[in-house]
Amino acid sequence: MAAANILKIKSLAFERNDALLFEPVSFELNSGEALHVEGANGAGKTTLFQLLIKMLEPCSGELLFRGQPVSECHFEYLSDILFIGHQSAVKAALTASENLSWMSPQGTSSEKIAAALQSVGLEHYANVPCYRLSAGQHRRVALARLMTTSASLWYLDEPFAALDKQGVDFIEGCMQNHLNRGGSIVFSSHQDLVKIAARSYRLNPFREVV
Amino acid sequence: MYNYLSAGFMAYLRRDLLLGIRNKSDLVKPLIFFLLVSALVPLAIAPEAERLSQLAPGIIWIFAVLATLLSVERLFSDDLQDGSLEQMLMSPNLLIMPILGKITAHWVVIGLPLTLLSPVIGVWFSLPTIAVMPMMLSLAIGTAVLSLIGAVGAALTLPRQGGVLLALLVMPLYMPVLIFGSAVIQSAVDGLDWTAPLAILAALLAIAVALCPLAINAGLRLAKNG
Amino acid sequence: MNLNVKWTWFHRLGSPRWFYQKTQRWLPWLSLLTLSLLITGLVWGLAFAPEDAKQGNSFRIIYVHVPASVVALAGYYMMAIAGAVGLIWRIKLSYMLMRSAAPIGAALTFIALVTGAIWGKPTWGAYWVWDARITSMLILLFLYLGVMALRHTYSSSEAADKASAILGLVGMVNVPIIYKSVDWWQTLHQPATIKFTGAPSMHPDMFMPLLVMIIGFYAFYAVTLMLFTRAEILRREYRASWVKQLVTNKTAEK
Repeated sequence: MAAANILKIKSLAFERNDALLFEPVSFELNSGEALHVEGANGAGKTTLFQLLIKMLEPCSGELLFRGQPVSECHFEYLSDILFIGHQSAVKAALTASENLSWMSPQGTSSEKIAAALQSVGLEHYANVPCYRLSAGQHRRVALARLMTTSASLWYLDEPFAALDKQGVDFIEGCMQNHLNRGGSIVFSSHQDLVKIAARSYRLNPFREVV
Repeated sequence: MYNYLSAGFMAYLRRDLLLGIRNKSDLVKPLIFFLLVSALVPLAIAPEAERLSQLAPGIIWIFAVLATLLSVERLFSDDLQDGSLEQMLMSPNLLIMPILGKITAHWVVIGLPLTLLSPVIGVWFSLPTIAVMPMMLSLAIGTAVLSLIGAVGAALTLPRQGGVLLALLVMPLYMPVLIFGSAVIQSAVDGLDWTAPLAILAALLAIAVALCPLAINAGLRLAKNG
Repeated sequence: MNLNVKWTWFHRLGSPRWFYQKTQRWLPWLSLLTLSLLITGLVWGLAFAPEDAKQGNSFRIIYVHVPASVVALAGYYMMAIAGAVGLIWRIKLSYMLMRSAAPIGAALTFIALVTGAIWGKPTWGAYWVWDARITSMLILLFLYLGVMALRHTYSSSEAADKASAILGLVGMVNVPIIYKSVDWWQTLHQPATIKFTGAPSMHPDMFMPLLVMIIGFYAFYAVTLMLFTRAEILRREYRASWVKQLVTNKTAEK
């Protein structure tokens, strides 16, 4: 099956206080591919993700999803992406399974939720309100989304940060399954990955030529 | 086919109602405040039934305004802290729907109990019985407007919270609601037509439902990206 | 690529610079016009206009009170519209005009309130009467103060501008609602002596100097707005080369 072009970025740029943050970004992503965004701290990786999930407006450049400009297929684009950033979006007053249920597509069966919580090691906390859980456990609830989501394009901003080997293995496993099913991933990480074969894209801070 | 237009309203309404019920202390505090400050009035002014009943329409409404103001400040702050605001803003919903869902939940949890509690204050202030139903109607509709306008202030002051700025921004916008709200009760007491100011309150609600979510949307995005 | 980026950057900066240079030329004669209008209006109104039948000479304060109120209200719309233009078309100069309009409008509202109180004492026996006009003016003052206070909530001036613009728009929608509701609530104030659709019910000998003062106040508003905006431009564009050039020129002159 020919790989379909999922994402095409053309000269995407963002400016703050009249200065470009990074060199304009261009890359393409096909189904079944993963892209590793590299860059030094402060180069603008998080901002790039914010641009990709349409939280920020770029000052120039184009974002094409499945060949169409995102401005024309706004809802279709947003319903087909998953974003996990630095924050876990877990509500303290809800239980782990309520939180995961909320973050999963409508109509996800409770068995699937339970199975997802089990794979992150939280099966005993399924009905525990999350104010009793640690920040690390909140992260795991958020990462359990990788098992229940139906999105085809994943944006993961430093998913491996502060995880132990088990956690890293879990995410890499999810990512590999997703890629095998034809999904695509854009992720950033300081870690070297063992299992995932991903192209690299280096984000460079914008330097004015004086 | 995913229904983008209405999706999000029920989901966020349900979630925020659940959160409101789970956080019982946050639910009860504005109500206790409402009762407490109302009890201050006879102590500070006069316990005579006649004087209190003269003050009743305005006092009840002022304290409803204050109680709502206190409760609306933290409407979005938890969402900003834990990252669910980001997820809400990037969700494939017409953004006014989740926002209206949240505010409706806020009204059910704050404004509605306030309305149901108001007859107690009415009794405290010797409000004539004919005015009780109009009072409750005015509070039911009026607190919804207060929640909407208050949410605009909450969204705009999200980066730096600390009650006074929210009050400063939102009070001038609350004044028409206050005027017509207390007018409903006063007209009922005087035996005049109280449905006229009530209709105006309803019109204010219609305008607020139409316009506030736009301002809130803009303010939330600003707080997240600014 | 670098050249393109610099060109757009310069383009957007060109707008405030253009304003700064144009106002440099307009200000002298505009200030002269303002001064002459205000002096004419004041002298005419305070000294030469006939005495009022009921209020005697105390009515003369309206030659300051009414223009201040009119321009204070118009100024809010000016500020809100400048904010809207900034929001929709992302024009920085528009935001700067909005920023400058806020304190000027607030000051004018304050003047209107104080002169209203001065007028109130001999006319109604009290410095403050809760009538429709004064109460609406007070609420307008709070609206202005809110827009000014919001500035410090945001660390970036871009975000602060957008927030103030949003608040300005919300206030703008509310101003007619507030005015109408306060009006409905209480009417002690004199019925409007200047209607824009009908003939004024004031005697022309009293009305003419008032008209001069109103136009004079508008001109005064324009002058102050330009001055404040010029200062705001310098404040914000201090990194731009043309501003640095200005500073070196000024210091060289000395």
